[in-house]
Amino acid sequence: MRYLPHTDRDIAEMLDVVAAKDLDDLFATVPAACRRDNELHLSEPLTELELSRHVESLAATMAVSPEYRLFVGAGSYEHFIPESVRYLLGRSEFSTAYTPYQPEMGQGTLQAVYEYQTLVSRLLGMEVTNASLYDGASALAEAVLMAIRVTGRKRVAISRAIHPSYRRVVQTYVQSTDFEVLELPYLPNGRTDLSSVPEMKDLAAVAVQSPNFFGCIEEPKAVGEAAHQGGALFVTAFSEPLAYGLFKNPGSQAADIVCGEGQSFGIPQSFGGPSLGMFATRTQYVRSMPGRLVGQTHDAEGRRAFVLTLATREQHIRREKATSNICTNNSLCALAAAMYLASLGRTGLRELAALNRDKAEYLKKQLTTAGFRVPFDSATFNEFVVEVPAGFDAAYERLLEKRIVAGLPLGRSYPELAGCYLLGVTETRTRADMDDLVRELKS
Amino acid sequence: MSEFPGATGLVLNEPLLWEKGKVGRRGMSLPRRDVEAAPVDEELIGEVPDLPDLSEVDVVRHYTRLSQWNFGVDSGMYPLGSCTMKYNPKINERLAALTGFAGAHPLLPDRLSQGALRLMAELERFLAEITGMDAVSLQPAAGAQGELTGMLIIFAFHQSKGSPRSKIIVPDTAHGTNPASAALCGFQPVKVASNEQGILSAEAVAALMDEETAGIMVTNPNTLGLFEENIREIAEIVHAKGGKVYCDGANMNAVMGIAHMGKMGVDVLHLNLHKTFSTPHGGGGPGSGPICVTRELEQFLPVPRVVREDGTWELSEEFPQSIGKVHAFYGNFGVMIKAYCYILSMGRDLKRASQLAVLNANYVKARLKDVLHLPYDRPCMHECVFSDKLQRQLKISTIEMAKRLMDYGFHPPTVYFPLVVHGAIMIEPTETESKETLDQFIEAFKAVVKEAAENPDLVRNAPSRCKVRRLDETAAARFPCLAG
Amino acid sequence: MKEIDELELPGDVRYSATHEWARMSGDTVRVGISAYAQDRLGDITFVEIPQVGASFAQGERCGTLESAKALSELFMPVSGEVVAVNSSLEESPELINQEPYAGGWIIDVKPGNPAEWEILMTSDAYRKMLEGLE
Repeated sequence: MRYLPHTDRDIAEMLDVVAAKDLDDLFATVPAACRRDNELHLSEPLTELELSRHVESLAATMAVSPEYRLFVGAGSYEHFIPESVRYLLGRSEFSTAYTPYQPEMGQGTLQAVYEYQTLVSRLLGMEVTNASLYDGASALAEAVLMAIRVTGRKRVAISRAIHPSYRRVVQTYVQSTDFEVLELPYLPNGRTDLSSVPEMKDLAAVAVQSPNFFGCIEEPKAVGEAAHQGGALFVTAFSEPLAYGLFKNPGSQAADIVCGEGQSFGIPQSFGGPSLGMFATRTQYVRSMPGRLVGQTHDAEGRRAFVLTLATREQHIRREKATSNICTNNSLCALAAAMYLASLGRTGLRELAALNRDKAEYLKKQLTTAGFRVPFDSATFNEFVVEVPAGFDAAYERLLEKRIVAGLPLGRSYPELAGCYLLGVTETRTRADMDDLVRELKS
Repeated sequence: MSEFPGATGLVLNEPLLWEKGKVGRRGMSLPRRDVEAAPVDEELIGEVPDLPDLSEVDVVRHYTRLSQWNFGVDSGMYPLGSCTMKYNPKINERLAALTGFAGAHPLLPDRLSQGALRLMAELERFLAEITGMDAVSLQPAAGAQGELTGMLIIFAFHQSKGSPRSKIIVPDTAHGTNPASAALCGFQPVKVASNEQGILSAEAVAALMDEETAGIMVTNPNTLGLFEENIREIAEIVHAKGGKVYCDGANMNAVMGIAHMGKMGVDVLHLNLHKTFSTPHGGGGPGSGPICVTRELEQFLPVPRVVREDGTWELSEEFPQSIGKVHAFYGNFGVMIKAYCYILSMGRDLKRASQLAVLNANYVKARLKDVLHLPYDRPCMHECVFSDKLQRQLKISTIEMAKRLMDYGFHPPTVYFPLVVHGAIMIEPTETESKETLDQFIEAFKAVVKEAAENPDLVRNAPSRCKVRRLDETAAARFPCLAG
Repeated sequence: MKEIDELELPGDVRYSATHEWARMSGDTVRVGISAYAQDRLGDITFVEIPQVGASFAQGERCGTLESAKALSELFMPVSGEVVAVNSSLEESPELINQEPYAGGWIIDVKPGNPAEWEILMTSDAYRKMLEGLE
């Protein structure tokens, strides 16, 4: 086996040094009752060629662009990834390193993560960003737990217009505790209804997503005021941070914790993971923050250098009193995001965000012209909800035959929106793609 | 004396991203604009985030130089204990990046995602076979999330019996994630000390186990690299009081094809695909932390689960007892592909991988124990733990020897863990290191020990061959500078 | 790290088994951590101190001391109410390393139970305990 370098002679010599008679002898401390009574029921090792053919055949069954034209976002976005990002990310000095516990041998990762923290802080308008969490959903769960820690309160209010999966993950994280999650409904315009917040006493946090699951831009100022009036933290989640290239970022709207999904920035969709949990807050709360942090310092000769810092918050030091149990995070995905943002720059970011918005607006307009109703009239980014006529399911199936995926049906997560679809468009859909979709839907 | 890999060469400086670049440069080709600009409400428009504008060449040079300041498994031996830094096969990277996978949207109708679902179902089956457990969920994104998932499953189990429990037993040798995950789930961790042999005794567990205690979290083999020989008895004690046994499978690389977690009495186990199953660690992640359970606990696994209906793979939510979701979608699928490929490439040779991992660790232990103190002198599994006791009288400590190893071209072992060993040096060579490399590492470590006696300042001032010298970590923590 | 015989263990204070010192002055007790504790913890980077007015039992956790890579909890050597805190530690936690028994004091306590004083160790007893630990 090519990953195992030992020759028979090596093994014999080494067994001799360790005073074992054979390889089995090394396992003398494993009691018989703890052992398998059969060999592993696995196939013969595949050759590299056999493996490639097999896995390629599995991949070939998947519906992906460009053969398929997808109009689905909902937390996973098809954005163009420049080859330079893919190429740089493949450098094995980055990918085959461990967490940089020994900073002298990990300055590459450390500076890159420090830069990531900085770029994301600027993007979100926040002061401190951590080195990454798993995904947008667990980032929201961590934000809720952090708000509970900071305020010493046990109830949080979460908008129903937050991604349904993110809300489910929050429920999972709190199910064994006495923390309570209250739901804020949404208004007929698709934004969160804040009218019940003043009656909800002792809230640790008020959380919305903007753009929300329906693509609608929330009114963060109003949410922040409602939260702060009751002494709660204002948490903003997101699944499409590209929006902040155009729209006001959460930091400028008084958010205390900002958390979400960074997959849009140079990370392949990959059937939902790995992606990137982004997490930022204000300096005053940094000691309550989950996750790793890279800080700037200097070496013995006074040169600028970077190191993991404020580690006393973390599980390997604080154990059961840690701010989170997270250890392995999604560092390489954070590097991808930093490389992508560095490639875009401020000029490119604004241009790309505007392009995304304009494409989605184009499709929205074509659909309304064709007679489809858009139930929520708030401003949207990339995604919007469309009401479809009865019997649309057949049209949806027909479109699938033509390799067009006409959005995500909403009835499963929002029974009240049965008959509505969430459509998503990015810069990767052409005007011709959109015209084809509208034409097919009309016919 | 052989030539060690450590050497000096030209290392290039590189400023921070925002210290270079000029407004108006770009490093990326944007897709063509083929629609008109749509009006936007001015009220909603924000300021453009202050990102540097760089050319593609700027970006490529920047990250290429940064990468050269790093050390990875591809650079050299990385014997970081408890982390299983084995070789990461290159074919797996290519296959995980196939357009059919990398470009796959997670929310399409199941029939458009058959290849991915089949891969997940088969990987679940492989992991069940390798561990000896009955059912698997691939959803947890990393080991610690697997631990939380496992704790929630144990919580749900007790709740379903109508008797929620408040405590959980955690050995003093446990990874920090164990008590942290237990606490996150609302359990109060109760510490149990390991015995003078470095393992748990059944009596110590029996003294703590009661009907308020949900179970025990054991790492087996444990973080001292020792097999918990009393695990069966311990499991019986825990089970007799209605508790469950959680096993941290971080060290599964020692016992593939040999131990049977189910027969040991384990009820829930997590694996780290980024350790045992060769997926790269990415400088901190992403990982993947599948959770394996007994038939009895299967009903509590996260949803959706992959099932087969009439020959078609489907994602099913029809498990009313499930603890719910822990990930926005199905977990780190891209990592699962690599682990799947690794298992298919290894097949039954997985057992040999474990045998050689254990052989390598015992070989390092045997050859270093005359120069380093070995607190538990027993046959080890995949890793061995020394201490700096012999060097302390020279006023040389573990961290200094670790830093000096860098100059010889080796990544240091895990240091100061487990906590039960003062000045611990935890070496996990893994099976992918050859005898020659091990010999070179051993020779380097012996040279460091010799220097500690003969030229201690050389060791104290190490490293001298890295991009930077020893860092001021106190200043970093006292005056945190977390963004530029 | 220093050897035990290199550590300053003044005789005008009493010591707890968890390495706090206590110095009686008038009707208050001043509390800090011993030279041994600060030496083993390393350069202190952050101190979490209880608020004035808070009350704790003897041996109860009342604060946290952090170095870059370690954490140590502060326990009350005697029960009582916190009547003053050393606010200069917020900016200069290194005072604890530099002068553990003077500028590095942590809190002043109004003791609740004078009998508890006798449970604390003299410097000789404390030194003996430290020698046993190593």
